[in-house]
Amino acid sequence: MREALRRTLPVIVVVAALLAVWYAAALVVDAPQGALAEKRPLLPTPQQVAGALLAGILQPPTSPRSLIYHAGVTAASAAAGFALAFVLGIGLAIAIVNVRLLDRSLMPWIIASQTVPALAVAPMVVVVLGNIGLTGLVPKALIAAWLSFFPIVTSMVAGLRSPERIQLDLLRTYSAGGWDVFAQLRWPASMSFLFPGMKVAATLAVVGAIVAELPTGAQAGLGARLLAASYYGQTLQLWAALVMASLLAVVVVGVVDGARGVLVRVRGGRL
Amino acid sequence: MRAAGAPIAFGLIVLGLWQAACTAFHIPRILLPAPTAIVAAFGGNLPLLGADFVQTVLRSVLPGFALGSGAGFIVGLAVDASPFLRRGVLPVASLAGALPIVGIAPIMVMWFGFDWQSKAAVAAVMTFFPMLVNTVAGLEAPGAMERDLLRSYSASPWQTLEKLRLPAALPYIFTALKLDTTLALIGAIVAEFFGTPTVGMGFRISTEAARLDLDVVWAETLVAAITGSALFFGLAYLERLVTFWRPAFQSGSEKEMR
Repeated sequence: MREALRRTLPVIVVVAALLAVWYAAALVVDAPQGALAEKRPLLPTPQQVAGALLAGILQPPTSPRSLIYHAGVTAASAAAGFALAFVLGIGLAIAIVNVRLLDRSLMPWIIASQTVPALAVAPMVVVVLGNIGLTGLVPKALIAAWLSFFPIVTSMVAGLRSPERIQLDLLRTYSAGGWDVFAQLRWPASMSFLFPGMKVAATLAVVGAIVAELPTGAQAGLGARLLAASYYGQTLQLWAALVMASLLAVVVVGVVDGARGVLVRVRGGRL
Repeated sequence: MRAAGAPIAFGLIVLGLWQAACTAFHIPRILLPAPTAIVAAFGGNLPLLGADFVQTVLRSVLPGFALGSGAGFIVGLAVDASPFLRRGVLPVASLAGALPIVGIAPIMVMWFGFDWQSKAAVAAVMTFFPMLVNTVAGLEAPGAMERDLLRSYSASPWQTLEKLRLPAALPYIFTALKLDTTLALIGAIVAEFFGTPTVGMGFRISTEAARLDLDVVWAETLVAAITGSALFFGLAYLERLVTFWRPAFQSGSEKEMR
């Protein structure tokens, strides 16, 4: 109990301090605007944002004003992209660990590809794919996949390489073949590396899906909501969509953590 | 340097296949321009690309990067001084780092206008959290043995910081800096999707993509790629110079890095 308090009290104090600063800043910033500030404040107060968020969530989920609906659209592209990146990333990691030439020729390019601001290319990807008839979920999922691919590959490569010489030697004394080494040692050992990578990948997939919704003129999704709100100067809508996007990221990370918990339980308390 | 052979060969093969596929199958320019077409567009639009580079990289990315990383470092030092703050700020900052911060771009455009200030602000906020988290984590990196040694020398907290903890934090700080270069570029470019004076890499990419002028988009992407790689590898080089003492950078041990 005391330990829990020792850990949570500082977090509570910091969050409360941030909220207080936010509230005070909002009062100062919006004071000169007077009545106008109630609908379009330059900096909305926390409870204004919470109100707009709640109003958006409580809409019937089919309504175009429902934040749940928009979050669902974004989540679907993010999930599809993540799934694609997961399959490709793990496959490529296995190939890289097993084929020396791939490791030497491909790995530097995978690392270099991350220095390219991939999100910048999102409008082009959307336009090009739209041109050959692929609209909606596919372009968004591809952008999400491109972003989440990297952490999955690198963490999986590191994980598959994590067994130490002494462990590999032990398996050799059992005259284990390549497949046995992979299935009994490398794959299980990689999991504790894969999950942190998957967490990063999942949040990146959400970011990718949101940014991919910006240039499409998309009608649905949190990115489209952000763009529309910014276009019409609806600050409360804007902040609500932003908080919703953050909640979505938190949920997505929670799902990865949940999957990790299940795996830990299946394996009897260890990863 | 022998190690660079394989990736370069691989890159050339990919480029060759790309060029061959474009000419052999007459892939429409709108779908995928050939590498030669992109290079031609790059050469033909140098003044335009240069203006975009100045607007986006020099006036938005670099100030935002410096401001965000610098503030993250300073706040990290301040947070480190108090165990209470460390326990309170670190979870919040880690969470903030996982949020889709790019989403604040429209708010920043609303606050700071269409010009570079709003782009630098987005880049600054995006780069702040990784630097904060890594600075605090890095200052914690030295083990009890090293700290005890300095205590036995009756070193002041300031001396401990200067001689032990800051050097030990450098690898973490460089990790954050390298991450931050990409984040700052992404932040500035995405913020330009929400409104710009009619110049800048993000503006060019979104408008030329809408006009299906993909050669220019690819050329602009090439500029972004070169900028991102130059910043990243420049920092990696600086890291080698500054933290030359790390085992990973000592010659002979590199082959055992896996």
